[in-house]
Amino acid sequence: MPLLEINKEECTGCGACVSVCPFGALSLVDNIATVDDKCTACGACLDVCPVNALSLPERPEAAAEDLKAYQGVWVWVEQFQGEACSISWEMVGKGRELANQRGTILTACVLGHNVGHIAKQAIAYGADRVFWVDDPTLAVYRTQPYANVLVELVRQYKPEIFILGASSRGRDLAGSVATELYTGLTADCTGLDIDPETNLLRQTRPAFGGNIMATIICPNYRPQMATVRHRVFEMPVPDENRQGQIIPIKPNLSEDQIATKVVDFIRQQGEVNLADAKIIVSGGRGVGGPEGFEPLRELAEVLGGAVGASRAAVDAGWIPYAHQVGQTGRTVRPDLYIACGISGAVQHLAGMGTAKIIVAINKDPEAPIFSVANYGIVGDLFQIVPALTEQFKKKLRR
Amino acid sequence: MNIIVCIKQVPDTTEVKINPETGTLIREGVPSIINPFDTYAIEEGLRLKEKFGGKVTVISMGPPQAMEALKEAVAMGADEAILLSDKAFAGSDTWATAYTLSQAIKKLGEFDLILCGKQAIDGDTGQVGPGIARQLGISQLTYVFKIRHLDPESRTIVVERLLEEGREVVETKLPALLTVVKDINQPRYPTFLGIRRATRMQIPVWGAADLPGADSSKFGLKGSPTQVVRVFNPPKREGKVEIIQADSVDEAASILADKLLAEKVI
Repeated sequence: MPLLEINKEECTGCGACVSVCPFGALSLVDNIATVDDKCTACGACLDVCPVNALSLPERPEAAAEDLKAYQGVWVWVEQFQGEACSISWEMVGKGRELANQRGTILTACVLGHNVGHIAKQAIAYGADRVFWVDDPTLAVYRTQPYANVLVELVRQYKPEIFILGASSRGRDLAGSVATELYTGLTADCTGLDIDPETNLLRQTRPAFGGNIMATIICPNYRPQMATVRHRVFEMPVPDENRQGQIIPIKPNLSEDQIATKVVDFIRQQGEVNLADAKIIVSGGRGVGGPEGFEPLRELAEVLGGAVGASRAAVDAGWIPYAHQVGQTGRTVRPDLYIACGISGAVQHLAGMGTAKIIVAINKDPEAPIFSVANYGIVGDLFQIVPALTEQFKKKLRR
Repeated sequence: MNIIVCIKQVPDTTEVKINPETGTLIREGVPSIINPFDTYAIEEGLRLKEKFGGKVTVISMGPPQAMEALKEAVAMGADEAILLSDKAFAGSDTWATAYTLSQAIKKLGEFDLILCGKQAIDGDTGQVGPGIARQLGISQLTYVFKIRHLDPESRTIVVERLLEEGREVVETKLPALLTVVKDINQPRYPTFLGIRRATRMQIPVWGAADLPGADSSKFGLKGSPTQVVRVFNPPKREGKVEIIQADSVDEAASILADKLLAEKVI
């Protein structure tokens, strides 16, 4: 069923395509390239074939004038309990850059109830224009009213690019909006830039548990939509003197047409948001039990960080799943990740491998975690972690 | 309760290795598994069926070998299974995948609940669940880690969703689509009887021609708005680990603390 067509007359059996296929879908059979079902039609092989023997089916192309009708860069500003989420300002910062590159304006969409202050902040952080949609039905995020408002706005004002933070709400919302608009959406990007030749948004993201990176474009549909991971882009510095236009929008929503009601919100005491955390102290099998996390919590507290965990510790029931970092938990990108008693299985590395500085504390000098760490101490975490906490208390005067 | 569970067969990415010479993924001999998050969706479907009666239908889109994943779900206890497999579906991005799955679900008829994993471990997008919900015009509740309450009479469901800041308790009307996280349950193993049943079961394979109500221009590569233009290796972490050694634990801790302060990450 692979889509790749191989012209067997032209193929010289050089094997160039075989070695570049990221999915191992190509092989040489009787000295002719052969493709199997692992082919994802990514096209990585097309350019390396010296005799142009490989091709993918043509896609329908949109008329240039239809695409031209879409202009401007948009950002969704997420709010939780009336305060903007920091990931949204990271989006505004990046959106500003993209808008400058495209020579266009940056629009922020602020949805909520009594969120006029967020609309003003959006200007300070870099937006030229804000759609300020204030309504009681939007007080707490819910997919349907939020998606409907954004779909309406996009249909009316036609942005070229629309980016959202890849938070739980952002991913929930973007999937719904892009589906309704019939346009491309790239999830969890870690890179966005404009192709200087085509002016298309190049969206780069990890896949296969971080084993490969893929760059994705959306040439024939608008807007080009992407969600972006936490802490990938710099937080811009707000400028209270920046000027911009705030456009209040009255949404056409009524509570009795919204099926979903938010009943309650349960916040864990003393729990820090892993996705936003600059510092994470994480524990694995080596912590030995629920009480083993106590020294890690103390270190995290002194550093103002959050406590993470490996799958092994979560599966053992020592700490709730909300703390799990890795492939089946959360992907994090802190400035500092201190891995205590974590061996460093591939699944764990997939969730924290892009941290700026990684520290490994482990009894086993052969533990794979040391291969990705910047600093390591081989030894007993129950001695090292409290000693580290004491040192930081002293040095930070906390 | 008529429950539909959408599953995906994925390579066990933990077994994926990079060929150091060519820098590409070695997929030879890498086992295919049911996407781990989808196994929680299957389990949750089975538990609801045990509680409320009804049936669980598993559905998957993929190459012919994705049949194995469906058979495994049947061996766990699913009643029916459908494989969507056709060259016309190949090259689908998340939009086209959600479209195709939703067309098949429409063909299946009435349902109360659709369950999906929160995302697949190969693509990691989490977009197909919301896409299906939107295509079908039903409520979506993503990142569900507990079903608190389900009342088939009043057709309401109350769940807890796992968000960055904590747990959100949400109520909605059926039919609805839920995407589930790992903590929701502990998936069961296939039983001997289940495996026997799965081995004998003839699982229907639907192609584009079996979805006559659909717009075939929205299938596969040609219906997919996004295109992958480049695939490459992630940048390697630079440098080697500096192992800190000292005469005492306190001294090692002091050296490490100084180094981290110098890195300006604290």
